[in-house]
Amino acid sequence: MLGLELYELPLFFALQGVALYAVLAGADFGAGIWQLLAGRGEQGRRIREHAHRSMAPVWEANHVWLIFVLVVVWTGYPLAFSSMASTLAVALTAAGLGIVLRGVAYALRSASAGDTELRAVDTLTAVGSVMAPFALAAAAGAIASQRVPVGNAAGELWSSWLNPTSIMAGVLALLASAYLAAVYLAADARRAGDEAMAALFRTRALVAGSVAGVAAIAGGLVVRSDARWIFDRLVDTPAVFSVGLSLLAGVGTLVLVLRWHLGAARVSAAVAVAALVGGWALAQNPLLLPGLTVREAAAPDNVQTLLVISILAGGLILFPSLALLFRLVLRGAFQAEPVIERGAPLTGPSSGLAATLTATRLAGACFAIGAIFLVLGDSAWPHAIGVAALGAFIVLGLSALAGEDSRE
Amino acid sequence: MFDPVQQSYLLEARQMQALSFAVHIPLVCFGIAFPAMVMRAEWLWMRTGDEVYRVLAMRWTKVMVALFACGVVTGTILSFEMGLLWPGFMGTFGAVFGLGFALEGFSFFVEAIFIGIYVYGWNRMSPRAHFISGIPIVVAGLTGSLFVISVNAWMNDPGGFTLTPDGTVTDIDPIEALFGNGHLAYQLIHMYLAGFIVAGFLVAAAYAVGRLRGRWGRYERIALTIPLTVAALAAPVQLLVGDWAAREVAKSQPTKLAALEGVGHTERGAPLHLLGWYSDGKVKAGIPIPKGLSLLAFHDPNAEVQGLDAVAAKDRPPVNVVRIAFQLMVAIGTFLAALSAWYLYARTRRKRVPSGVWFYRLLVVAGPASVVALISGWVTTEVGRQPWVVYEVMRTEAAVTAADGIAVGYGTLAAFFACLIAAVAWILRRLARAPMKTYEEPERALGEG
Repeated sequence: MLGLELYELPLFFALQGVALYAVLAGADFGAGIWQLLAGRGEQGRRIREHAHRSMAPVWEANHVWLIFVLVVVWTGYPLAFSSMASTLAVALTAAGLGIVLRGVAYALRSASAGDTELRAVDTLTAVGSVMAPFALAAAAGAIASQRVPVGNAAGELWSSWLNPTSIMAGVLALLASAYLAAVYLAADARRAGDEAMAALFRTRALVAGSVAGVAAIAGGLVVRSDARWIFDRLVDTPAVFSVGLSLLAGVGTLVLVLRWHLGAARVSAAVAVAALVGGWALAQNPLLLPGLTVREAAAPDNVQTLLVISILAGGLILFPSLALLFRLVLRGAFQAEPVIERGAPLTGPSSGLAATLTATRLAGACFAIGAIFLVLGDSAWPHAIGVAALGAFIVLGLSALAGEDSRE
Repeated sequence: MFDPVQQSYLLEARQMQALSFAVHIPLVCFGIAFPAMVMRAEWLWMRTGDEVYRVLAMRWTKVMVALFACGVVTGTILSFEMGLLWPGFMGTFGAVFGLGFALEGFSFFVEAIFIGIYVYGWNRMSPRAHFISGIPIVVAGLTGSLFVISVNAWMNDPGGFTLTPDGTVTDIDPIEALFGNGHLAYQLIHMYLAGFIVAGFLVAAAYAVGRLRGRWGRYERIALTIPLTVAALAAPVQLLVGDWAAREVAKSQPTKLAALEGVGHTERGAPLHLLGWYSDGKVKAGIPIPKGLSLLAFHDPNAEVQGLDAVAAKDRPPVNVVRIAFQLMVAIGTFLAALSAWYLYARTRRKRVPSGVWFYRLLVVAGPASVVALISGWVTTEVGRQPWVVYEVMRTEAAVTAADGIAVGYGTLAAFFACLIAAVAWILRRLARAPMKTYEEPERALGEG
């Protein structure tokens, strides 16, 4: 498939997951960063509110990409996964705690009222939104700079992810997240007809994009001196094409934002981030960790086959569902004025007393049958019958007790 | 490459994992069961056109989404910990059971996507479309449980691979490992029912508190009966499923059964002991029921029950922890089933909810007690499997990380979780106190403000 070997396919899908996580969760974290920088007063409040509303319906789905990446890597490349997770324990703990802050802040916001509370909650979101992308990108920098050896916590717990390359990766991730978020929030505001907010985030996108561009070039120099191996491969074929595409898309996004083509800028900003992930993958290939190739790290072929089938089958459910969610969000369906439709006219309980009595008796009979088969049965078939009868008991019971008892 | 290490923090690593589970699993119960309860209220609204049901469903939706968010992030921590704490386990067996989590990942995706649509789609889609958008959440709750439990069942009954003498894993068959497993069926049903019991009794307990304080109108009565009906139907079934589970454990994990019941020496016609504690190979100060254990576990009063002495001392779990957790779970489960019978009797025979104040006092206790039973159940099965992480294949100490500083990570995580629990308590209190919108003007939109 796609000219890839079977043993590479799960990694290929995992990298798609990394790119999607970087783009989608990156925009979410970026929105949190803009909440931190929103300033005080009425305008600050409106910026924070806009950042929250844009991300609220999608943030959970966006974060699941990280889980997807973890489970595919630990199934397809268990030795590499356990080496990475054990050496990068501190970085991953920091990332995990950042994600906890993000989620708890989201939950808290639904119950918060008043500007003081909302500001406190948004600050919590922002702290999480800085911790998580920084730590995750620093962990990626650790892998790229060959600081994660094979083995149980065989590398340095701290300096593996707090070194020039990792710190540069972390800072770049924060800037790229802010850039992505600003582009998306500008486009969202414009769609909602809030031109003032769109202009605010357009300016932020231009600033963040320019700073990110400068940081990327400076970062290149850092990597050149700190991790020469990966640098040489990043500027060599084939990785250089992907890295070049990333730079091109990054600059192109600036031009698009400048000309108010915000819809197109959404796409090109995503391409810039995804191409950078692709460039890193091409530069590392075929090495996953020092001395461990992708082929050596891969689980046996039959496991990889099952994993690929599962991913493809899961994708058949996932992508239409995601498309539905994003279509609703991008169409602004969730920000429209609520329409109160009445339910069906009052028909009263549809089942009479006689039907309820029958359901009650049938439920009792099912419980008795289920109990006999499940308790006295000693093999799979009687147990299956028992479970089915007990399931019927619950369903019949729910139907018999659906009505409202008028007396107290 | 993953040779066992001397890890002085093994106990801290196990406690850190246990703490994360203890925080996550009650939230999972709400992920499994609460959407179904919200949708039952919504369905009643669609069928009767009675606004009280919609107001209820919309208020519950706010609670559902806040708890789901906390479940998402605590679940993320758990998936990190698999690698952070147990790289030996993941590195050796990831290819065997990992597929279960890969499939669970897609369930999780579906849940997260449709929860977004359901929550923000209230009053912005046709009632029918909105109701349909909730169905995948309920289905994903079931499939997600299936895939996660398939991994735990495999840890109890490891199959689908061959271990060579040098410790490498070959002949891997993930389908056989995950789904050809004798423990999957009862473990899944036991946990799935537990989800409805815990969520149901906790929500009902909240309204029982209100009733004892005099908040009791039509809205409150409906809000109490929906979760309580579900939980009351599940609790008696859970007793039967629990009995089935214990007999399966007796068959395939005799050492775990011996720890559950405090059986020191192999014997025929073994008695069942209630209460007491285990010391020097027998239960002290317990109430014995002659031949009870042989009868319950093997349906034969004279059946032989294997004692703890059948395995070396280093291969035995800590008996009192396991036994007390097990007895607690069984006692609470029986209490919940009895309370359920009371409720079902009143509803079916007297056509009303129970009126006595004591029913509501006991219901207030039942909510938290159901969580205690849930955690006790997991302690029973997880500590009961010790010292093995993969039963009779890999010892827990061979799975643990070689990294230092686990105690620091444990302390930090515990502090974060304490804040998370406080935050959840604050959110629930706030949402409960939010002014009730009249039935004619439902709340404008969820998640705004």
